[in-house]
Amino acid sequence: MSSILVIAEHRRGELRPVSLELVAAANELRAAGEQVVVGLIGKNAHAFVAAVSKEGVDEIATVTAPVEDFDPDVSEEAVRALIAQYSPSLVLIPHSVDSYGYVAVLAAKDQLGLATDVYKIAREEGGWVATRGGYGQKVAVELDFPGRSCVCLAVRSGSYKPNEAAASPTVTAVDVPALQARSTPLDYIEVSAGGDVDITTVPFIMSVGRGLGDEANLPRFKELAEQVGATLCCSRPIADSGWLPKSRQVGQSGKTASACKLYIAMGISGAIQHLAGMKHVETIIAVNTDPQASIFNVAKYGIVGDIFEVADALEQEFS
Amino acid sequence: MKILIAIKQAIALDEDFEIRADGRDIEEDFFLPDLNEWDEYSLEEAMLIKERHADTPVEVVCVTIAPDSADEALRKCLAKGADRAIRVWDESMEGSDPVAIARALAAVAKKEAPDLFFAGVQSSDHAHGATGIAVAGFLGWAHSAVVARLDYTPGAKEVALKRELEGGLSQELRLPCPAVLTIQLGINKPRYASLRGMKLAAAKPIETLAPGDIGLATNDCGESGSLARVRRMYVPEKQRAQILAGDVAAQAKALAAIIREATGS
Repeated sequence: MSSILVIAEHRRGELRPVSLELVAAANELRAAGEQVVVGLIGKNAHAFVAAVSKEGVDEIATVTAPVEDFDPDVSEEAVRALIAQYSPSLVLIPHSVDSYGYVAVLAAKDQLGLATDVYKIAREEGGWVATRGGYGQKVAVELDFPGRSCVCLAVRSGSYKPNEAAASPTVTAVDVPALQARSTPLDYIEVSAGGDVDITTVPFIMSVGRGLGDEANLPRFKELAEQVGATLCCSRPIADSGWLPKSRQVGQSGKTASACKLYIAMGISGAIQHLAGMKHVETIIAVNTDPQASIFNVAKYGIVGDIFEVADALEQEFS
Repeated sequence: MKILIAIKQAIALDEDFEIRADGRDIEEDFFLPDLNEWDEYSLEEAMLIKERHADTPVEVVCVTIAPDSADEALRKCLAKGADRAIRVWDESMEGSDPVAIARALAAVAKKEAPDLFFAGVQSSDHAHGATGIAVAGFLGWAHSAVVARLDYTPGAKEVALKRELEGGLSQELRLPCPAVLTIQLGINKPRYASLRGMKLAAAKPIETLAPGDIGLATNDCGESGSLARVRRMYVPEKQRAQILAGDVAAQAKALAAIIREATGS
């Protein structure tokens, strides 16, 4: 029987939410009679069975790994074994730092269809069609996979609404004897530990990006943020330059502005990694000189203009 | 000791760009090429290893799979201190996806036999995040993606590194060598090329190879060597922000009103 395989992802004992988004995607894409199988890989893979027992899942396949933490070789070998067991035409994997580590290796070695950071999937007569962004997300790129009987897609989180309704799928333990890790995991580190603010809790953020240009321009935005009652945050380049602490970086590798209701993006172009940390905010106002900047795709209001001129004029309004 | 670095001439698009007649890419006239931002960091990381271990000779070699328009990116790397630059291309490589590019990079790695292979986590244009790690697949080497700190002593059997995860979390780990590592932004502060470096770079040769020179057959390259094919590119319909009208004073007034309403101040 044909199937769609979903690889669930977990870290430090918790299922990552994107896993349930992929379950929903598989359920939406399945043809009549097609099975949806969720693969769980881990030292204690069984611990996640309840978390992925959702409507639309026919079977959960557990693979017991020799190591607790993610290891690219273990994941590669385990997914290979699951593909051999279930012969899926489509494998859905979260587009994440973990999958960055092994999906391309698996696809390259086994010559499977491959696309990453996919946000839309369609099934056509000729096979699977995946859509992703190109040229800095300025265009959409449609990919097909001629001649590939199995296609692996790494799917961007937030592309599908998660399936939350509980169900009781069959659970099967798949034995994979050859699993061996080459990496030796040591410690986890909270990058933002010891930061001066917790940006996940603040309601109003003013964020500065590359448009700031120079560290010398930072104090005036600090003052302006204080004046309007905002917490000053930033995009990656500002934190990488050491102008603001990592704890103030909004985005995928930094923190998500979870409690934020109002977000002013100053000179931020809107890289996909930054948007991941703020695009949910109810009211986003973007100021950027480039009218094409992707930040205007998530903002409610926009000003096409110079952040310094806007900052001066805004200061007048609040003085 | 040798470090091989994958380099890409990444493309930004000029305003008002147009889709190519076949609908599968953008017209080249609108390309604004530059060295991939991530590659600046992987080159710098290699240069730091070279400079910190002056007692061991470390050769830093850059390689790109691209037509001669990418020579500019390689020159930039040479100007920053790379010892050698290699470019592989012929027309059969047109239409290569990340895995076809990775196969060629791996073929160069087999020839060059480096101790470490670096690539950027992703490219600033298409951001597949796949090419560098796929090289490890073709070589069978240990690998780690999104490396945000690296400790390596030339000749060592292991590297110690920090992998940047999501949500402000990182993980430290050790990996056996030789290894393929994809390097993340912010791991170091990339240097600028000096005037002297640029002069020296202009005089250095770029070694040019065809796929056949590195043992690749025609069907290893281009679309036949790829796992995916671009069928169509288009500008998606997007919801756009409501642009605040007027001069900067009027815009600031509107912005202030939005802030006051949202904050209730």
